[in-house]
Amino acid sequence: MYPASFEYHSPTTVKDALGLMGKLGDDAKLLAGGHSLIPMMKLRLAQPKHLIDLRNVPGLKGVKEDGGTIVIGAMTTWYELETNAIVKAKCPIVSETASIVGDPAVRNLGTIGGGLAHADPAADMPATAIACNFEMVCEGPKGRRTVKVDEWFQGLMSTALKEDEILVEVRVPALAKGTGAAYLKFPHPASRFAIVGVAAVISTDGKGTCSKASIGVTGAGTKAVRAKGVEAGLSGKNLAGAGAIEAAAQKGAEGVDVQADLQGSVEYKAHLCRVFAKRAVEAAAKRAG
Amino acid sequence: MAVTEDRLFGKSIKRREDPRFITGQGRYVDDLKLPGMTYAAFVRSPHAHARIKGIDTTAAKAHPGVVAVFTGKDMTGVNSLPCGWDLRKEKGIPGVVQDLAMVPHMPLTSDVARHVGDPVAVVIADSQSAATDAAEKVNVTWEPLPAVTATDKAEKGPKIHDVPTGNVAFKWALGDAAATDAAFKTGGAVTVKKRIVNQRLVANAMEPRACVARYEDATGELTLWVTSQNPHVHRLLMCAFVLGIPEHKVRVIAPDVGGGFGSKIFLYNEEVVCSWASRKIKRPIRWTASRREAYMTDAHGRDHVTDAEIALSKEGKILGLRVKTTANLGAYLSTFAPAVPTFLYGTLLNGVYAIGAIHVDVTGVFTNTTAVDAYRGAGRPEACYVLERMVDAGAAALKMDPAELRRKNFIPKFSGAFNTLVAVTYDSGDYAGALDKLMQVFDYKKFRAEQAEARTQGRLLGVGFSTYIEACSIAPSKVVGALGAGAGLYESGTVRVHPTGMVTVYTGSHSHGQGHETTFAQLVADDLGIPMEQVEVIHGDTGQIAFGMGTYGSRSASVGGTAIKMSLNKIKEKGKLIAAHLLEASPKDIEYVKGQFQVKGVPAKAVPFGAVSLTAYVPHNYPEGLEPGLDETSFYDPSNFCFPFGAHACVVEVEPETGKVNVVKYVAVDDVGNVINPMIVDGMVHGGIAQGVGQALWEGAVYDNDSGQLMTGSMMDYAMPKADMLPAYVTDRTVTPTPVNPLGVKGAGETGTIASTPAVVNAVVDALAGLGVDHIDAMPLTAERVWKTIQAAKAGK
Ligand SMILES: Cc1cc2nc3c(=O)[nH]c(=O)nc-3n(C[C@H](O)[C@H](O)[C@H](O)COP(=O)(O)OP(=O)(O)OC[C@H]3O[C@@H](n4cnc5c(N)ncnc54)[C@H](O)[C@@H]3O)c2cc1C
Repeated sequence: MYPASFEYHSPTTVKDALGLMGKLGDDAKLLAGGHSLIPMMKLRLAQPKHLIDLRNVPGLKGVKEDGGTIVIGAMTTWYELETNAIVKAKCPIVSETASIVGDPAVRNLGTIGGGLAHADPAADMPATAIACNFEMVCEGPKGRRTVKVDEWFQGLMSTALKEDEILVEVRVPALAKGTGAAYLKFPHPASRFAIVGVAAVISTDGKGTCSKASIGVTGAGTKAVRAKGVEAGLSGKNLAGAGAIEAAAQKGAEGVDVQADLQGSVEYKAHLCRVFAKRAVEAAAKRAG
Repeated sequence: MAVTEDRLFGKSIKRREDPRFITGQGRYVDDLKLPGMTYAAFVRSPHAHARIKGIDTTAAKAHPGVVAVFTGKDMTGVNSLPCGWDLRKEKGIPGVVQDLAMVPHMPLTSDVARHVGDPVAVVIADSQSAATDAAEKVNVTWEPLPAVTATDKAEKGPKIHDVPTGNVAFKWALGDAAATDAAFKTGGAVTVKKRIVNQRLVANAMEPRACVARYEDATGELTLWVTSQNPHVHRLLMCAFVLGIPEHKVRVIAPDVGGGFGSKIFLYNEEVVCSWASRKIKRPIRWTASRREAYMTDAHGRDHVTDAEIALSKEGKILGLRVKTTANLGAYLSTFAPAVPTFLYGTLLNGVYAIGAIHVDVTGVFTNTTAVDAYRGAGRPEACYVLERMVDAGAAALKMDPAELRRKNFIPKFSGAFNTLVAVTYDSGDYAGALDKLMQVFDYKKFRAEQAEARTQGRLLGVGFSTYIEACSIAPSKVVGALGAGAGLYESGTVRVHPTGMVTVYTGSHSHGQGHETTFAQLVADDLGIPMEQVEVIHGDTGQIAFGMGTYGSRSASVGGTAIKMSLNKIKEKGKLIAAHLLEASPKDIEYVKGQFQVKGVPAKAVPFGAVSLTAYVPHNYPEGLEPGLDETSFYDPSNFCFPFGAHACVVEVEPETGKVNVVKYVAVDDVGNVINPMIVDGMVHGGIAQGVGQALWEGAVYDNDSGQLMTGSMMDYAMPKADMLPAYVTDRTVTPTPVNPLGVKGAGETGTIASTPAVVNAVVDALAGLGVDHIDAMPLTAERVWKTIQAAKAGK
């Protein structure tokens, strides 16, 4: 599988990268880990004339803390997230999610910025991004702006990122005390992408009553969405109560535009949304204590 | 032949080919670099069925770096790819109900494209990128035609070839219809009827198909390096049928080949086109399939839709089996396609059971899909699946234990001959012995207790058995000739002893993962009593090897190995003459023991193997009239097939919430006759089980029946089994040597694939039995399919 020919650019600053984007326009694509873009190029589904590689731009990689927020550079790989001490301590669900993306080769190259910008409907991190209320920092010719996750995923592989912008960092609120989080997925047997994946962040009052629930669902529809029905069904409920979680999880597919494909009918995938909502909430609630 | 402790035969010797494979030093076709090399890219049909109104190659020809562009119209004088198996009444081929429609299969189609991926043009350029880019510039004007891909819709679908019989390629039957009808009418008989779909599979060898064709104008010689399981067959078919070029001027080399699973037996369009085009442009041409092309064009496997009926007495005796199968052959007849759903399928329906009467009816159909041909097991897995599913369904109907029902029906232990009702004669077997061994290894009683306990907790555990048989050691030439084969299925083996006593073995059995370089060296070193390091095995080159029918049908050890053994015998006989001369003894008093020729019973009066070898090449003091040299070639044509068998058990747990099946335990007891290298045999069994479990649970080539597009065209969609999806297997064996060949070996290449699929499906059905499930029509048993089965059962449907 040979891609169509293209020119390769390797800027060393975000500014230079933005400059190249301005000059080359639609003919150019940003290259991060290449694990979504290059397969599409090999199949000639994408034929960009120019690739602007972000790997040599310093400062786009790595994790730091900014008060109660974890700041993750867009070029940080899944593997770094899986193993990073700050992430593991402050928001372990992000490590957990990263640890089940694809296989080791994918995790060693694929990046969080690439993943969130590409917005594959079956990608894992989008569910966790919603549940954890990520903020995406985008830089364009006119400077930086921050986009909340609820505005980020707009449709099939489309996000709030503008054509002249680069996603430079992701801001993740550290989990508060008394909060538990979990991401669970039903993997596609071939690709290991999520047929359905659900991330749940559950805060309790210490006596088992849910004070706040934040749930993201990926895989089943054209984009990752917030499971508002499940969230509403959980908040204020005592989760230890018989069937409380199960009842709330019944709304797991609400708001998901479930798509049928070889891996499942609409009926089945909607069912999986409910099953995984239940499992993720149970796991998160257990961790919340 | 007894296998004793002090012999190399029977030892788990590490594979000598592995160091080069695992350190990246294997040499595959795509590694070949030749001066003046050009690269080919094929223009393929995006449609399942479309008329070609015109092909404009102007832009492609003008693309920088392009050397030539050819379409089917340019290939004048080139014939159809041959189908090597005939099914015609006038030829006296048994069972033919409707003659096979021998439809043409042109290397580049120029009238109609009949499946997605059907090649219509080739672009040859100085670089692979230039060829691929230019291929996109070939402008084909298509007139899309309605298509059919589904097996059970083929007969009534749009006509694919211009033949009077439409999409019915052939009809064939075997067994006794009247006796079977009578068996089903036996008083008190319990009958069960099931639809059994054996889905289409893609072979997915790790190395995609590739070829390099080099024509040398000065000598008129063509060399073709190709990913082949049988280079001589490739050469013969290409020379005699397609290109009409002289066979002695063509050399076919299959170097290291990364897996075949059947898909590299056949002669394909691309290698023929490259060979032909190399003669035109007088430069070497390389082509390597992309994974996408592999999915679209490597011959697929299986794809049967079957209605099967079994009749049993109340006591559980199998009275009759009636099978009606529609086999999807794809758009064209691949090299051995007609044999697979007929003689490799119907003849195995007797299984390991004494059955009252059997009748099988097969209809082969054309569809707008990739051609279907032999895929690991080829016909035998399909037969085993039908039979083992029906036996379980019968047991369920009688509320009888499935292991018990099997035991009641086993053919008793025998050696020599058991004539089946479906035209084959088994060689030796102890079917109950294999099940006994399985039951020892797998504590069945304990499992049933665990299962009952689990059910009380809402957990769904199940066990499935498969007591299988298969036909290996393919095949007696006379027999297959009478059945329609265009070839004999013997094998050649040359043993060349060099003056220093080093030995080179030339075998027609190609190794593409099986480990022949080790197994055959072991066989020879054992037989000659010399260190393995003194033996080298050469395969895969028509320029070096006398002839070869190749590797498939688990035939290498039994047929190829026996040919080598025959040459070893000749070497030793000649050696005795030389040794007798040197020892001044009579040849009949000489015996060969542990690497030396000695006077019978007198080890002190001996000449070592190396001295005899040297004498053969420096014949100063030499028997009168004896030819110098120590180099022998033999051809072995087996007198019968060999029939390995065994008993497998699989334990699964089904997640009731999602329908996901987890394979918890897998126990395999195989009987492949004598075993040369147990580690290699275990490896073959392991890989085979993974493939069979893959079919049961995950794999499946899916076409959209409306558009005819292949929906599973990559590894992102087509689920291959991966190591973490499988448990650690427990493997064991019984040993029932075959009387057919002097080595007593039966064949070990396909047992795992044949046995495991029904074991897994039977296990899933058993897990769901408590819900009232006694069958699932189709594979793979994806989570959704199992979940839907559970929902339907709960709803009482
Ligand atoms: C075999 C395989 C299995 C996989 N399995 C999974 C899985 O199980 N779960 C899962 O979630 N994912 C999976 N992936 C996808 C993988 O995680 C991708 O790496 C990831 O989605 C994209 O990240 P990337 O860095 O590789 O981006 P690239 O492929 O380099 O880029 C993807 C897209 O994003 C754009 N882009 C990249 N970075 C930026 C940026 N900073 N700003 C703006 N635009 C940008 C690019 O222009 C391109 O359009 C799998 C991939 C493969 C090949």
